[in-house]
Amino acid sequence: MSGEEPQMQQAKARADLPPWEQPDSVGIVETKSITFAEPPNEMPLDSGAKLGPITLAYETYGQLDPRRRNAVLICHALSGDAHVAGYHSPEDRKAGWWDGMVGPGKAFDTRRYFVICPNCIGGCKGSTGPSSLNPATGRRYGRTFPVVTMADMVRAQKALIDHLGIKTLLTVVGGSMGGMQVLEWAITYPEMVWTAIPIATTPRLTAQGIAFNVVGRQAILDDPNYRDGDYYEHEPPTRGLAIARMLGHITYLSDESMHQKFGRQLRDKDDYSYEFDVDFEVESYLKYQGQSFVERFDANSYLYITRAMDYFDLVAKYASVEAAFRSVLARFLVIAFSSDWLYPPYQSKQIVSALRANRLHFAYYEIPSNYGHDAFLLERERISRVISDFLALNYARALDEER
Amino acid sequence: MSPAPNQTRLRPDLMEIAALIEPGTRVLDLGCGEGELMAHLERTRGVAARGIEIKPERVVDCVARGLAVCQGNLDDGLQDYEDNSFDYVVLSLTLHLVSRPGLVVQEMLRIGRRGIVSIPNFGYWRIRLGLLTRGRVPRAGCFKEPWYTTPRGHVMTLNDFRGFCAENGIRVEQQRFVASGGPLSQALAKALPNTFAQLGIYVVSRNQAPNRPEPHPSPKRA
Repeated sequence: MSGEEPQMQQAKARADLPPWEQPDSVGIVETKSITFAEPPNEMPLDSGAKLGPITLAYETYGQLDPRRRNAVLICHALSGDAHVAGYHSPEDRKAGWWDGMVGPGKAFDTRRYFVICPNCIGGCKGSTGPSSLNPATGRRYGRTFPVVTMADMVRAQKALIDHLGIKTLLTVVGGSMGGMQVLEWAITYPEMVWTAIPIATTPRLTAQGIAFNVVGRQAILDDPNYRDGDYYEHEPPTRGLAIARMLGHITYLSDESMHQKFGRQLRDKDDYSYEFDVDFEVESYLKYQGQSFVERFDANSYLYITRAMDYFDLVAKYASVEAAFRSVLARFLVIAFSSDWLYPPYQSKQIVSALRANRLHFAYYEIPSNYGHDAFLLERERISRVISDFLALNYARALDEER
Repeated sequence: MSPAPNQTRLRPDLMEIAALIEPGTRVLDLGCGEGELMAHLERTRGVAARGIEIKPERVVDCVARGLAVCQGNLDDGLQDYEDNSFDYVVLSLTLHLVSRPGLVVQEMLRIGRRGIVSIPNFGYWRIRLGLLTRGRVPRAGCFKEPWYTTPRGHVMTLNDFRGFCAENGIRVEQQRFVASGGPLSQALAKALPNTFAQLGIYVVSRNQAPNRPEPHPSPKRA
């Protein structure tokens, strides 16, 4: 998804060039990976279990500067992956999930910054997750995969950052679940995080947030094809996963944006069918989103990642959000969207209150938008402007100061 | 990225406010706009400035200046701010626009050891004259916009503000008056501020003695 507005400060699109050769594109990119935590040195998890070996899929764009101060870590959301920008091949129809933000002249300007995005553990896009082969058994993990948390995901990312020889991150940025990881990073590795940009996120998933995850998971668990998660040799539980995705999409939109996008518009017909086929545009949209999702996502990963979100609670872990931020050093840019009802602005303000109580340097920017939670992918122009200014100043500061 | 426009000259009333602030202090600017005052204080006085601004696009301007700014509405309250967490809380030409001005001043004095308030003077002679002769509110002094295009506002004179302070146990430690025009205007504004000053700037504190000696004695005023 990308916004419709033209991007400021960006090179003009060239009609004679394909998308991957446009001057503002990172071009053809490839997903790399590292493997670590080989037994017997498995990574301990919050649950008490251990995981190893761990493979992390990641992409990078741009070059690390000689002083290694320009690294930007992007944390993706629930259904995201390491492929933030560019194309994997000329046959690729879609660019990476935040292509409008990453590239030459864009907010995360790859001429100036070294951008890294790993796929989270528990995922299904190249990093170790329930659909990976368990080397100990030679079979896919399925439900034998240990439950992971945001902190576990971040711990694994830290291993990648160490592997890349990076000591400080100019910024850690992410929306939604990615924003939870941003908070974890700033709290867990305060010396490493120069600035943090949590977008449309929360210091603890609310009961409402958990409730939506519960229904999504239940749809998967109740799909007869789910087979206790051991479905990799059979037909996967696509119906359950599609329903989970449809529900998710409702929560990413808003009343206003649904009204604008679909209204009560009928799909290819002038009258009701008086049946239960697809009548409405919104019906067709959700069905399409559900069906296309099952082609690219693993049902077990959906269970594990949403569980990790459920467990995310800085209050439970540190007694209060304020206490959680006690060791934080990073400067923050907190962004929320007015119509986001999944992670409403008041939840970002809880982060802000904690930053204030700890006398940290932060900016809180609440973007008036009708797009709901999806605004973090759609309000590209406004997000771009504030982030590019914020990064430019803090990069200059990072080059100036020793830490 | 073009450099932030932080070298532009400060508005005269902000210049006065800046001069009242001791270096190296913590300052909260309520309604900080594009952050001109904050940027000036950080650059010239080594102040740690924090701001609150209601307009999203101005928040972006503040971020472009590297300032710590929180988007928010003063009318939603300041309960998130701890007691005595700032040396100064500044409210520049905004008191007449908030829904409960008295509450905002009390909150300023809870959060900061001192408040600095600048207010437009509705007692300014051209306003009085316009009312008297034409029977209409003139667009003079700080009231340049017509009444129907400005947000909800309270109308007060400098004496009204002094009265409010006296009635609420608020001490006025220092005051400054701003008037446009030559030396005569300036002298008149000093001598008879309620009539000749376009705006007044007050350094206020709670009535008990502040924690440190005052930098200047507060001028006595009838």
